[in-house]
Amino acid sequence: MKVRRILATKGMRVITIGPEKQIRDAVKLLARHNIGALVVVDDDERPVGILSERDVIRETAVNEQVFDLQVADLMTRDVITGTPQDDTYSLARTMTEHRFRHLPILEDGRLTGIVSIGDILKAERDQYRGEIDTLETQIMATDD
Amino acid sequence: MSEIGTQSNPLRVAIVGAGPTGFYTAEHLFKQKEYVVQVDMFDRLPVPFGLVRYGVAPDHQKIKSVTAVYDRIAQNPGFRFFGNVQIGRDITVTELSRYYHQVVYTTGAQTDRQMNIPGEDLAGSLPATDFVAWYNGHPDFQDYDVDLSHENVAVVGVGNVAMDVARILCRTPEELATTDIADYALEKFRHSNVKNVYILGRRGPAQAAFTTPEIKELGEMEDTDAYVEPEEAALDELSEAALAANSDRATMKKVEVIQSYAGRPSTGKSRRLILRFLVSPVELFGNEDGQVVKMRLVKNKLYKTESGTLRPKATDEFEEIPVGLVFRAIGYRGVPIPGVPFYDSWGVILNREGRVIDPETQAPVTGQYTGGWIKRGPSGVIGTNKPDAQETVQNMLADVAAGQIMRPDHPEAEAAAAMIAEKQPDYFSYDDWLKLNELEIAKGKAQGRPRVKFTSVPEMLAAVGKS
Repeated sequence: MKVRRILATKGMRVITIGPEKQIRDAVKLLARHNIGALVVVDDDERPVGILSERDVIRETAVNEQVFDLQVADLMTRDVITGTPQDDTYSLARTMTEHRFRHLPILEDGRLTGIVSIGDILKAERDQYRGEIDTLETQIMATDD
Repeated sequence: MSEIGTQSNPLRVAIVGAGPTGFYTAEHLFKQKEYVVQVDMFDRLPVPFGLVRYGVAPDHQKIKSVTAVYDRIAQNPGFRFFGNVQIGRDITVTELSRYYHQVVYTTGAQTDRQMNIPGEDLAGSLPATDFVAWYNGHPDFQDYDVDLSHENVAVVGVGNVAMDVARILCRTPEELATTDIADYALEKFRHSNVKNVYILGRRGPAQAAFTTPEIKELGEMEDTDAYVEPEEAALDELSEAALAANSDRATMKKVEVIQSYAGRPSTGKSRRLILRFLVSPVELFGNEDGQVVKMRLVKNKLYKTESGTLRPKATDEFEEIPVGLVFRAIGYRGVPIPGVPFYDSWGVILNREGRVIDPETQAPVTGQYTGGWIKRGPSGVIGTNKPDAQETVQNMLADVAAGQIMRPDHPEAEAAAAMIAEKQPDYFSYDDWLKLNELEIAKGKAQGRPRVKFTSVPEMLAAVGKS
């Protein structure tokens, strides 16, 4: 299965934030859109990092002034990105190996989506459910 | 305003497209107990079932048996079918909004993706989808002309359409004669000169999209030997490592079957099916009549992207093979419906989990939904559309609860029926289809076949007394 299949039903919208914004803005965005990570983009909409809820939580444990920090202070800078043509299977493996849960997707260098490990699991579950359903239908037909 | 979804004021839903997803959408709508729902299902063809009838290969009848499930769904008293009615042509999207609270587009992926290589438009270079529709008796393709006098055929792609096309080309007339293949196609296959069928995959055996049963079937044909070059069947280091790390048994099994064809000596069968891996067509060459005669391939090598996917990269090694027919089966895309937001570069309706999205505001368009291949792109098997439809229906029901539905002037079943009859007097009801179905099956029985299809719309109309 390709990443494209997951992105197709996500409305082609990515929630982004600027690196100079405060963590309090980031947390509000995460809550409002009910998501786990924000892609951090520069003025040209190029991804420069990713800020996940984990990044915020970790800092909160040691710093009560976390909300005054800038996004750039907490974001992960070396972001691995994918493309819509990537296989979900290998993406999931890469995520597990590197212990992150979100991966920005670029198409022709342009940010076109973000895929979470949850998205992949859901798509794979639906695929398996579909395959089981189809197999069952065929088995039943043989017994007619 | 009175409540929607009650006995006296049912939720009225139009489903556009009578393929698997259309039926699963209806099923999920009928299964929930909160609202009383009425479904009107439209299809541009007189007959239902979409790709189950016109896509699934004729030698895969067991897969087609899923229509028994759809028949049961159609028996729901809230269900009506209007075939031979094209939304966007006979009835506009705006007109639908005057009769329904919600509309769901499940029109599938009707066209193919191009290879974008020189020579692609030569005679004999064709989309596999047209060929599939033709041999399955699709009314749009009865006049389709394919020249099976050529000995060498290339099928580009390793998905299930590529497998189907290659297999059908390699079947004997006797094998095909017991299927529901279109009569005119059977006649043409009787005189086929096809000797070698190449299946071309740009990545290796471990990345091929086909399933193990599909590849196994290729090795079990009456008069065709399956063959793969030993060096192309072998896994490269990257694939080997990925497979070992995942201990992905399904893929291991698939690779094992492919390797069992490696270097197999001919058993004297008259046709050969040659699986090729790590090659991409780069150019087609024609003769003076503009007929394709040769294909240039580049050999690929796999590399690993930073996200871990193994992708093909062209080397500087080329090869040429003689071919008289080229079928491209490298991807499919939906066709836009006038008045519905479309994401052109991927060929899908712009949507968020089935809710159609306004491209300007990114907000859902009230009352408009989508499901299946026109929603997520072509992927998965027939059953995959069931959870897909379920997701859409969940959002539809949430929107009903929130009052986010269209407010039609005529939310009555009779009013919709009258409007449809006025726009398209020759519409097909589900009873019309059942009648046609019986005629097809009866005709098939006489010949020892599952059915003999009607292959033109006028014929279908005449058969049920509509012309």
